[in-house]
Amino acid sequence: MSSKHFILPVTLLACLSLGCGSKEEAETAAAESPKPSELIDKNAVVHGKQIKSVELTTPLNQEWVSKGKAAYEMKCLACHRLDETRLVGPGWKDVTKRREPAWILNMVINVDMMLETDEEARKLLELCLVRMPNQNITEPEAREVLEFMRHNDGEE
Amino acid sequence: MKPNPRPAATVLLALAAAVLATSCKPKSIIQKVESGTAEKVYVAPGRKDEMYNFVSGGFSGNVAVYGLPSGRLFRQIPVFSAHTESGWGYSEETKAMLETSQGYEPWDDQHHLALSQTKGEHDGRWVFANANNTPRVARISTETFRTEEILEVPNSSGNHSSPFITENSEYIVAGTRFAYPLDDEGANPDVPISSFKENFKSVFSMISVAPETGRMKVAFQIIVPGIDMDLARAGKGKSHGWMFFSCYNSELAHTLLEVNASQKDKDFIGAINWKKCEEYIKAGKGRKSRNKHLHHVWNEEIQTTESTVEEEVVMLDPAELPGILYFMPCPKSPHGCDTDPTGSYIVGSGKLAALIPVFSFDKIQATIAAKDYEGDFHGIPVLKYESVLHGEVKKPGLGPLHTEFDGKGFAYTSMFVTSEIVKWNIETLQVVDRSPTFYSVGHMTIAGGSTAKPHGKYAIAYNKITKDRYLPTGPELTQSAQLYDISGDKIKLLLDFPTVGEPHYAEAIPADLIAPRSRKIYKLEENKHPHATKSEKDVKVLREGNVVHVYMTAIRSHLAPDNIEGIKVGDEVYFHVTNLEQDWDVPHGFAIKGGRTSELLIMPGETVTLKWTPKRVGISPFYCTDFCSALHQEMQGYARVSPADSDVPIRYGIGDTAPK
Repeated sequence: MSSKHFILPVTLLACLSLGCGSKEEAETAAAESPKPSELIDKNAVVHGKQIKSVELTTPLNQEWVSKGKAAYEMKCLACHRLDETRLVGPGWKDVTKRREPAWILNMVINVDMMLETDEEARKLLELCLVRMPNQNITEPEAREVLEFMRHNDGEE
Repeated sequence: MKPNPRPAATVLLALAAAVLATSCKPKSIIQKVESGTAEKVYVAPGRKDEMYNFVSGGFSGNVAVYGLPSGRLFRQIPVFSAHTESGWGYSEETKAMLETSQGYEPWDDQHHLALSQTKGEHDGRWVFANANNTPRVARISTETFRTEEILEVPNSSGNHSSPFITENSEYIVAGTRFAYPLDDEGANPDVPISSFKENFKSVFSMISVAPETGRMKVAFQIIVPGIDMDLARAGKGKSHGWMFFSCYNSELAHTLLEVNASQKDKDFIGAINWKKCEEYIKAGKGRKSRNKHLHHVWNEEIQTTESTVEEEVVMLDPAELPGILYFMPCPKSPHGCDTDPTGSYIVGSGKLAALIPVFSFDKIQATIAAKDYEGDFHGIPVLKYESVLHGEVKKPGLGPLHTEFDGKGFAYTSMFVTSEIVKWNIETLQVVDRSPTFYSVGHMTIAGGSTAKPHGKYAIAYNKITKDRYLPTGPELTQSAQLYDISGDKIKLLLDFPTVGEPHYAEAIPADLIAPRSRKIYKLEENKHPHATKSEKDVKVLREGNVVHVYMTAIRSHLAPDNIEGIKVGDEVYFHVTNLEQDWDVPHGFAIKGGRTSELLIMPGETVTLKWTPKRVGISPFYCTDFCSALHQEMQGYARVSPADSDVPIRYGIGDTAPK
């Protein structure tokens, strides 16, 4: 079994969570000219903290592979092919070789944050022109999707 | 624009005009407001309003939701009127909601609201609404801002005295405004109208609300002589267990009511002891009336309306069952009937009167105990006016209609004829302040002003006449609401804001009691709609005889399948569209050329069905109607319609699976 590391949120998330805090803080934030990221509604669904690292284990967890596949079919398949074809978003072939596991998890669970802060994510938006939807996937579910991606890339 | 008190409306309007012309009050349409007033209503970009204001839509049939103090319109909640924008009453899932025992009714007249209460305070769970024309009540969820339930009220016409609520949401009520022959199965309602006095009745219905689910049921009905019941309020605190209602037409007129229902000096406030009614029912009293009335409940899991036919109600006759109904004389066709936050006082507003009587609950009890009656009305005891009176507010203005409370010992009454809000002390009955409205205020609301614990701060006047308040838009004008600051001793006008339909009763509630409950998406995993397509790999088109089911998905930015062939003229085509998005505020729309219903608007995770019966051979484009992404314009597709006798097979796909 792999363990998962939860690392403290980076500055941006810290701002967001402070925004949810006391009234006084909200007042102060509103008085100053807000940064675009602060305009994200404080009710916005944040599905997880920023993931800094993911521990991968072999062999693959087959239960996760199968759950990850089900999540893919319901929430990702409409835009992502399993080969290298770009449909709405990039094909998934070799995605686990191109990207760090933590990057993939953050893209899946905190896509709005990634599109604000991550250079690579921004480049993808410029390429695809459609913002990747937040598909309400939790951190453990995203880990299962990652396992399915590894399986799709030929790992065993 | 129609004044609520229809009898004597002409007289009132003439009076109003006279007063407007001669009164020193509204000389100019521009009011001087204190400096700093703008800041009190200005909600800066990105900030949110302090309260929700749920407002009856009158002849729009639907409920509108505004923010306070900005007056900004957030949403129209479709209830009793079909709504093309949202597909309400058109989609296969919602059209049953507008079915009545006489068939599909795409319109009604929505007058009053009641927010659910626990211990006399707003609990923020549900909004109840009435339909006046074809008597019905509805329950709206504050989680989804959708109508979840509509119940037809049998044996009634003109469901005006509704849906006022008891302090723990035990009941909402429905009192008849237009007496008529009851709906009992087997009875002959085909009677001369002139036989009104023998054959026409009114009923006061107590509709129970299930504590957990909110499910409604006509618990029992009290048969009342053919008076026009107008408005109602539940007792609270010490008067919990009682319900009070106003009525006019104790003359029992059936023609030219404007004159004939204004003959008597006094009509009545009715006092119902509903706990006593419950005791009688427990003891097996009352008779069962058989009649069909429809009951529609939204099933969240399958995202569809489930309808049942209810067949029976229990009726209680107060002439035979002593102690359940008393009448109190109230001057001049009373309209408003409002209980103060302590439940000690009941304010009757005779709309043609120049004073406001205030009744005392303690005195009512003492008068009943002493049998201090001045007579009876068709077998129902009439309590002596002087014996039940706390006192009268003298010279408050003309045309008192509705009273709300600030929780600090003051009542605020709207004055239709003299166009003003009048503030008075409940104990001393002295008028302490007044402020003009523009023009002819009907209902008014104080935030929480009908509960045991008003939120106060704001009062809103819902005016019946708009005239020159806004830029003209031809003969028909928007309706005018006005916001007042009532936090100090003086009533201060803050803002005018337009409303949709005709605003009748409204409630205001702090945002904190509603906003945190608000739903963002429907989870795909929980979608049990029988025609849901939860993965794009499962899209399909199936023919069953001349019925074609299209199982379609929508996600930014394509509909799948987007090429469909094999549909024939004369087919019934059902597009079951599932929105695969799982993010807040990403609905997709769906419409097809030649559709004769409305668009669909599909929330994230939801499945909605559009029925289409193509009439013409050719290609019909369909598309997403709700701008969803940079490539929204590309979210489109084609359905090919072939002649009825063609043998073009069903074929469909998207991208590389599209028919070659």
